[in-house]
Amino acid sequence: MKRIDHAEASSFFIAEKENEAFHDKRLWDLRQKRDHQRDDVPEWNELRELASAIKEHTLSHLSDYLEQFEDNAKKNGAHVHWALDAEEHNRIVHEILADHGVNTLVKSKSMLTEECELRPYLARRGIDVIETDLGERIQQLDDEPPSHIVVPAVHKLRGNVADVFARTLGSDPDNDDPHYLSEQARVTTRPYFLAAEAGMTGGNFAVAETGAVVVCTNEGNADLSATVPPLQLASVGIEKIIPRTEHLAVFVRMLSRSAVGSPITQYTSHYRKPKDGGELHIVLVDNGRSERLGMEDFWTSLKCIRCGACMNTCPVYRRSGGLSYGGVYSGPIGIILNPTYDLRKYSNLPFASTLNGSCTNVCPVKINIHEQIYQWRRILSEHNQLPFVKKAAMKVTGKVLADPKAYRRTIAATDVAMEHLPRFLLYTRFNAWGKQREVPVTPDQTFHAWYLKNRGTS
Amino acid sequence: MSSRKMILDAVSRNQPSAASLPEVPAFDRDLPPPWQQFQERLAGMGGKFARPVPDGNFDALVRELHPDANIICSATPEVTGNRDLSDVREPKDLDDVDVGVVRAAFGIAETGSVYLSEMEFGVNALGFLSQHLVVLLDPTDVVGNLHHAYRRREFADAAYAVLMTGPSATADIEGVLIHGAQGVRSLTVVEAPRPSV
Amino acid sequence: MRVALFVPCFIDAFFPEVAIATLELLERLGIEVEYPLDQTCCGQPVANSGCQEDAAGAEALFVKNFAGFDHIVTPSGSCTHHIRYHFDAIPQTDEVKQVRERTFELVEFLHDILEVDAFPWAEFPHKVGLHNSCGTLRSLRHASMSELGEPFFSKPLALLSKVKGIEMVTPSRPDECCGFGGTFSVFEEPVSAKMGYDKVTDHKNAGAEYIVSADNSCLMHQKGCAERLGVDLKFIHIAQILNGDNA
Repeated sequence: MKRIDHAEASSFFIAEKENEAFHDKRLWDLRQKRDHQRDDVPEWNELRELASAIKEHTLSHLSDYLEQFEDNAKKNGAHVHWALDAEEHNRIVHEILADHGVNTLVKSKSMLTEECELRPYLARRGIDVIETDLGERIQQLDDEPPSHIVVPAVHKLRGNVADVFARTLGSDPDNDDPHYLSEQARVTTRPYFLAAEAGMTGGNFAVAETGAVVVCTNEGNADLSATVPPLQLASVGIEKIIPRTEHLAVFVRMLSRSAVGSPITQYTSHYRKPKDGGELHIVLVDNGRSERLGMEDFWTSLKCIRCGACMNTCPVYRRSGGLSYGGVYSGPIGIILNPTYDLRKYSNLPFASTLNGSCTNVCPVKINIHEQIYQWRRILSEHNQLPFVKKAAMKVTGKVLADPKAYRRTIAATDVAMEHLPRFLLYTRFNAWGKQREVPVTPDQTFHAWYLKNRGTS
Repeated sequence: MSSRKMILDAVSRNQPSAASLPEVPAFDRDLPPPWQQFQERLAGMGGKFARPVPDGNFDALVRELHPDANIICSATPEVTGNRDLSDVREPKDLDDVDVGVVRAAFGIAETGSVYLSEMEFGVNALGFLSQHLVVLLDPTDVVGNLHHAYRRREFADAAYAVLMTGPSATADIEGVLIHGAQGVRSLTVVEAPRPSV
Repeated sequence: MRVALFVPCFIDAFFPEVAIATLELLERLGIEVEYPLDQTCCGQPVANSGCQEDAAGAEALFVKNFAGFDHIVTPSGSCTHHIRYHFDAIPQTDEVKQVRERTFELVEFLHDILEVDAFPWAEFPHKVGLHNSCGTLRSLRHASMSELGEPFFSKPLALLSKVKGIEMVTPSRPDECCGFGGTFSVFEEPVSAKMGYDKVTDHKNAGAEYIVSADNSCLMHQKGCAERLGVDLKFIHIAQILNGDNA
């Protein structure tokens, strides 16, 4: 698999000047709304501590809680399935749908099903899958993955959406009023809700003591998917377990506040039992999570509740757009999750960060995201996943920095300093520094030389 | 070996050393008056609020709120409407409902949410296929915050429970807030003390 | 009190005036400053690239140069951050730990250790925007962080407030990273430059004539961006203002 070139991809997004400018502004606006909501909750930092501790407790007792969840879900009359990986998840879902003669599946947004690439899998087997979240629907119709885990089409402007809808839904190409476009999505999706034989959701939380799957949405599409068709499916990552209902309060209080700066999502839905005459199938998915649980430096990334706050605050993400990360997860959380799926493919991502640390500060479950990014750089180096030229240059630089004489020789010719030092600033692409920036003027003498001349005794 | 066993074995093998589970406080010191805060937060989430009717005629109130409605389907005895919920065979039969009416089990001041389950809805899709929703709520049924809400029994008993906060909403196109993305276009909470038993 | 001056590689090569101002300022404050001549670099650029083992030589040399001093002072937040939190390519002997603990960024040293209450020689009659580098802000804790909603404090602003005639202006996103990020500035050139453009524009819109920072690496990047963009801004290290340089 080819390495993702985040830098190159970001240059394409930045070239879309209006999209980039709006993207940055919109996500920064979400960050400010989040700050406002944080100030409305005096116990905010206490909640973050609690959320982190509840997650760490649960992850350290995960096998017990998974079994407890399964027991209770079964008592509720739900079917519980276990999927080792994406392939097994897709197979299970397809079998359930095929057994019930399902032709149309309506689904709400689920990063897990994106991760498993469920939609193309089912499409190849003749099942029509309709994404019902507006942003996700836009992305589906445009044949693009979501660029943000909460607002999937945030990189698009209204005109882009009007183009997509005109092309795929036959709407008026000249009408880019978001109200009109949203209404188009509503009226064209409604028939699918009525016709679908099955509805599918993801799961934000799974409560061990009740066997409930909890889904947080704003559009009501998850509830339409779950309450209208007779057959209901929910795919849930094994890390989504929390022990008790009362713990939901801690997470629900922070999830939407962190994500979009509203006190709660419009709908917080708790699915425990199948509807009368219907069935509820819950698929618990591992897909690399159990392995990540054993990674000393990275297991706490499993605390993530997918709020997207780290993306909204990330100054790199806001400029590069989510698609530049080339993976299901983008932004800071994507940088630390994606390499666990494919170290080589995502080996450039940990360098798509200035390590500024804002992501860590906004994380409601206190994942040390920027420190994990730094740690991934080390792991990548140890696994020889750095480009040879970078590796070789660092070896030379390291040697020079360890030897005062060699170091002084290197910068002795100060008039050509930019060609020699700092080498690390220049070696990747030809004069990457100077492409859009002026190069600093080299002074007449180094401080070292000045010191020897003015203060030196030797 | 089953996938179930392989996953549980891998999890057991890899899970970090035991971390303790903290107690969660109720964070309920100095909470504002719940009924007032409920109304403010409901408005903040795009919900509407309606005062009680002096003569207790909720049918008339619903008509007044939605004068253009053809089909009104109520799951609560205070409102009769013109679509009998007991005639509904499948959830999708509710597709043509203009206004659904329910009584919430309780509300949450912190967020302006109402709690609804199959006990209140009768048919759950009533809360989503209807174009508009009217929710009756007794002011004494409002709890202060989500910690209080999630300690209530209802969550352990309900097959399906939803905290509904204002109408369906989306801001997926350029952040423009639009109500009625897929679910109800409006949600109105009506101050309605429970009928004395 | 034995105080050593650590001059990071890029300051040595490109911004000797910052190192001179630091030296002179400390001397004005009555400190006798030593400058170990064999110093090179803390190893940060190598370690930040993931090549931690290649930083071992630089780290060993750093310890050799700076062991035994009571305080090691440097006009660079990012180097201080590296030394304090990531300087572990070599065995952590007592000597290594001591050197790491005793390394201070200049603002910290002035504010926390010396507790300087006046810079009578300093006057700077200009509109100035402060750039807190991410390392000084979120790691060294120079100032309150906007993400946490904590009570306001700012060590650099506290020091600058003692400078005669200075007028501080506040950009709309004061905590936003400027996009330098060490090697990020070249590996991720498109985003880095865009962040820099946005940063200098934000300061300019706030009315700044100067941007001041405790990190010259951020300033070097922002200056390059402003010049290319044609934004009329000047850049100055906090050591220079506090030392009374009138620019």
